[in-house]
This record gives sequence, C-alpha cells and structure tokens, in this order.
Amino acid sequence: MGELMRALGGRAVQALLVALLVGASCFLMVRLLPGDMAYRVAASRYGYDLVDSAAAEAVRQELGLDRPWLLQLGAWFADLARLDLGVSLASGEAVLDLLSVQLGHTLLLSVVALAFSLLLGPPLGVLTGLRPGGWLDGGALALAAALRAVPAFVIGIALMLVLAVEWDWLPVAGVGGWREVILPALTLALGLAAASSRVTRDAVAAVVASPYFAFARMKGLSDASAFRRHGLRNASIPVIAYLGLQLVTLIEGVVVVESLFAWPGIGHALVHAVLGRDIPMVQGTALLMGLLFVGLNAATDLACWALDPRRQGARA
Amino acid sequence: MSRKRLLGGALLAAVIAFALLGPLHGADPLRQNLSDTLLPPGGAYPLGTDHLGRDLLARLAAGARLSFGFALLAALAAAVPGILLGLVAALRGGVLERLLLGLADAVQALPGLLLVVLFTAFAPGEFLPLYLGLALSLWVEFFRIARNGAAAVMARPQVQAARLLGFGAGHILRRHLWPEVAPLAATLFAFAAGTAVTTIAALAFIGVGARPPVPEWGSMMTELLPYYAEAPLALLLPAILIFTTVLGLHLLAGRERA
Repeated sequence: MGELMRALGGRAVQALLVALLVGASCFLMVRLLPGDMAYRVAASRYGYDLVDSAAAEAVRQELGLDRPWLLQLGAWFADLARLDLGVSLASGEAVLDLLSVQLGHTLLLSVVALAFSLLLGPPLGVLTGLRPGGWLDGGALALAAALRAVPAFVIGIALMLVLAVEWDWLPVAGVGGWREVILPALTLALGLAAASSRVTRDAVAAVVASPYFAFARMKGLSDASAFRRHGLRNASIPVIAYLGLQLVTLIEGVVVVESLFAWPGIGHALVHAVLGRDIPMVQGTALLMGLLFVGLNAATDLACWALDPRRQGARA
Repeated sequence: MSRKRLLGGALLAAVIAFALLGPLHGADPLRQNLSDTLLPPGGAYPLGTDHLGRDLLARLAAGARLSFGFALLAALAAAVPGILLGLVAALRGGVLERLLLGLADAVQALPGLLLVVLFTAFAPGEFLPLYLGLALSLWVEFFRIARNGAAAVMARPQVQAARLLGFGAGHILRRHLWPEVAPLAATLFAFAAGTAVTTIAALAFIGVGARPPVPEWGSMMTELLPYYAEAPLALLLPAILIFTTVLGLHLLAGRERA
C-alpha cells in the first residue's frame, strides 16, 4: 500500500505543478499582450467604438489592474484555486461551462482510441512475441517503425481521404453519432498500437524464454493454456506500465487530431483559443488537458499495482 | 555501423541533398503564377505547381531547409544545457542535483506538445516560442541520461582512483564521463531532431506554427488538402519528405527508444 500511496502522492504533486505552470504562463501572457489591459477588457465589454478613458478607468478599478503585479499574481492563483476560470473572451460564456461540454467529447475520443489501440497492438504483439524472429515479427517491426515515423495528422489525412472521401464509408469530420468517432479514434490508435505492439512482443518473448514458462510446458500444459495461465499476467505488467508513457502521445495526438477532424473537444478548443488569444480559454483548456494527463497516469499506476502482487507485498 | 543505421543515413543524406540542390533549379518559392496552377510535374516545373502556381520543387526544398535548420537548432538548444546540467548534477550532487531533478519533474508534468502550444499563445506564428517550448520540453531527457550515466560511472573504482591521484573534474569529465554519455546522447539527439521535425509540421498544419506563405511542409499540406483530387502528388510530396526525414533520423538513432 505504501508504494501505491507514494505513487499517487507524486501524481498529486504533478497536478499541482501543472496548475502552477499553466497559471503562471497565462498570467504572463496577459501581461505581455500589447496595449493597455484595461482598455482591452473595456473594449470587449462595451464594443470597440464605445470605449473611452472613463470606462477603461472603471475597469482598472474594478479588476484591480493598478495593484502591484505580485498581488495580481496572488489574486490570479486564488481564482484558480477556487476553480474560477473566468469567462471566454470569444463567446462570453463561463470557461467551466464550455470545458464541461468539451471534456465529454475528449474523453469519448480518448477512450475509443485506447480501446482500438488495445485491440490492435497487444494481440499483434502476442502473435509476434510467441514466434520471435519469424516473418510476421519482421513485418510487424517494419510496419511499427514506419508508423512511428508518420505524424498523426498525416495518418489522419490518409484515413480521411481513403475511408471517408473516396470510399464514403464514414463521415469526413464533425460530431454526432457513433460513426463520427471512428476516424479520429483510429488515427490516434494506429500510432499508439505501433508502440504497444512492440512492447507486448518484447514482454511476451521474455516470458516465453523464461524458466517458469518452460516448466509449465514440461509439466504438460499446452502452449495456449501455459500462456494463458502463466504468461498473460506477467507479460501485461510492462505493457500497462509502458501505456503510462504512451499517454503523452495520446494527449499530444488529441490536440492535433481533434483539430483535423473538427472534433469539438478540449484540444480543438485549445488551438482555437491560442489563435484567438482567448487567454481564459487557453488557461482552462491547457489546465484540463494537463490534469487529464495526470489523472490517466494515476489510473495506470493503479492498474500496475493491481496486476502485480509483488508490489502489494512491498508494504511489509 | 549496422545496416539499419546505414539506411537511415542514406535517407537523411537524400533529403539533405534535395534541400541543398533544390535552389539550383532557380525558382522562387514565393513567386505566384496564377496561369500555371496545380500543374503536374514536367516542363519548367520539375515537381509541378501548387494552387497559386508556385514552384513545388522550390517550396519543398525551402521547407526541407527550414525543417532541418529548426530541428538541428531545437535539438542543440535542448542537448547542450541538458547534458551540461546532467554532468554537473552528477559531479556536484547535493542540493543542486535535487533542485535540477525537481525542475525536470516539473517540466515533464505537461506533455511536450502541450507546452509548445501553450508557448505559441504568447506569439502565434512566430518561431521563437516554438524553439523555447521544444527546448524546454526536450532538455529533460538529455539531462536524465547524462546524469544517470555519469552517476553510474562516478561510483566505479577507476574514477575513484583518478580522484585519489589528484586529477581534476575536467579530466574525469573528458576521460571517464563523456565516453559513457556520448553514445546515449547521440541516440537521443536523433530522436529529438525527429520530434522537432514532426512538431513543427504538426503545429503548422493546425495553424499555430509557421504561417503561409512560409514554405513549410505541414502548412503546405494544409493549403493543398482542398486540392487533393486535382493534385494528389502535390499533397503527397510533403508527407513523403516528413516520413523520409523522421524515419531516417529514427533509423540513424540505431536503437529503440528507451
């Protein structure tokens, strides 16, 4: 239990660091924007034609923009701690309301992508790991190496043009029923599966070469049942642990793939906010993506712990 | 030199040759010619033209120079401070080492691309935030391998003997630490350059990186995507160049990423 607590404690610190990093960057961003902040806020409130220095002065008083910057930074983080993320400069809606809608879309996309990648990668890894050095192994290695050299947006364009435009099997982009999620999820899954198939292959090859597996075969278990009873769980631990590292790829992929497929999730919103200089939205989306990354990492910590009795025994 | 590395080197050499020999053709990558749009390869345009009648060979070669220069600079900006800090941390230890390790953890709390996108919000379309963001996210891996590799060597008897004989930190660095760290750093450098090439293309593609009319592979694909049916080759060529470059770098790295 101690090791698990330590790991989860580390994740809590990581979440705090994400908030500090994102919060400080966005505060700095506001300060570095050209022009007078008070005028800008007044303009976005009353319209660009109706701003005068009286209105700007009122805004300056109200938002405390005349205070020293250290106090303003403190106020900024105090808002953050109360989860008061402000109002989107583009739409005028509360950032939290926008995020709660977008988070659902991103979670759906991530979960479907992970599910696809687990259906593609590990089974191929098991097949190749049971016969390392065979023609299937060589082919899978070449395919994985090639896939890892193609950026997600190129895979996405290829799938879009072939499956959606030429063959008309799936919708090109957007959101709606279950069919819209397939293309972006498959795009993300191919990159993830390329990596996870190789890790699974190495883990399975190591298990098959191990003495305990040889013993299981010698006592008369068939290849299949020896693998099911002695191999699967042992091989799955490094695969799950590596999945944690792969989450970086998933989160990075979400930003690009959501933009490509006009999928209205957090990554898409982040890119829009950056382009529109909508800093409350930049802060909200970057924060939520960072926290999503930390949360998924904590989930893999838990899965590793649950699968590996050696770690649970370490509490003694 | 394994066969894989040779192949990687050959792929890279081909793209570099393309980047350097492209300008010999003499066309301006920005010059539009609206009566020659979306031409197939041939005649005055060896690789055809894009939707504004710009010479694709000139644009692709300029894009190659941009990507290579960017990747090299970004990887250097990450490798030099990363390796130096890693070696210093291993040599000095103590508070400094713990401080640097904490900083490394802090940076890795956010996925690299997210950090770069966050940085681009400071000045969309400019290159400086891309460099800074990439260097800031990539230095950590260099720092870790340099520090871990050097710390392992420092514990060995030959280093302790060298210290007892009175050799200074410079000698230990040169003769004991560097030979251990250099091959790992070289591998990581190739991967980092590959990440830089992918990142600059992906960010330009989604519109927060290099902006038109800058000839960049990713933004070329954004511009040419609507014309995929009329000029499939024009859309395919930047993708092939990105693939060849990144694959070449990965193969040259020679081993699987840790």
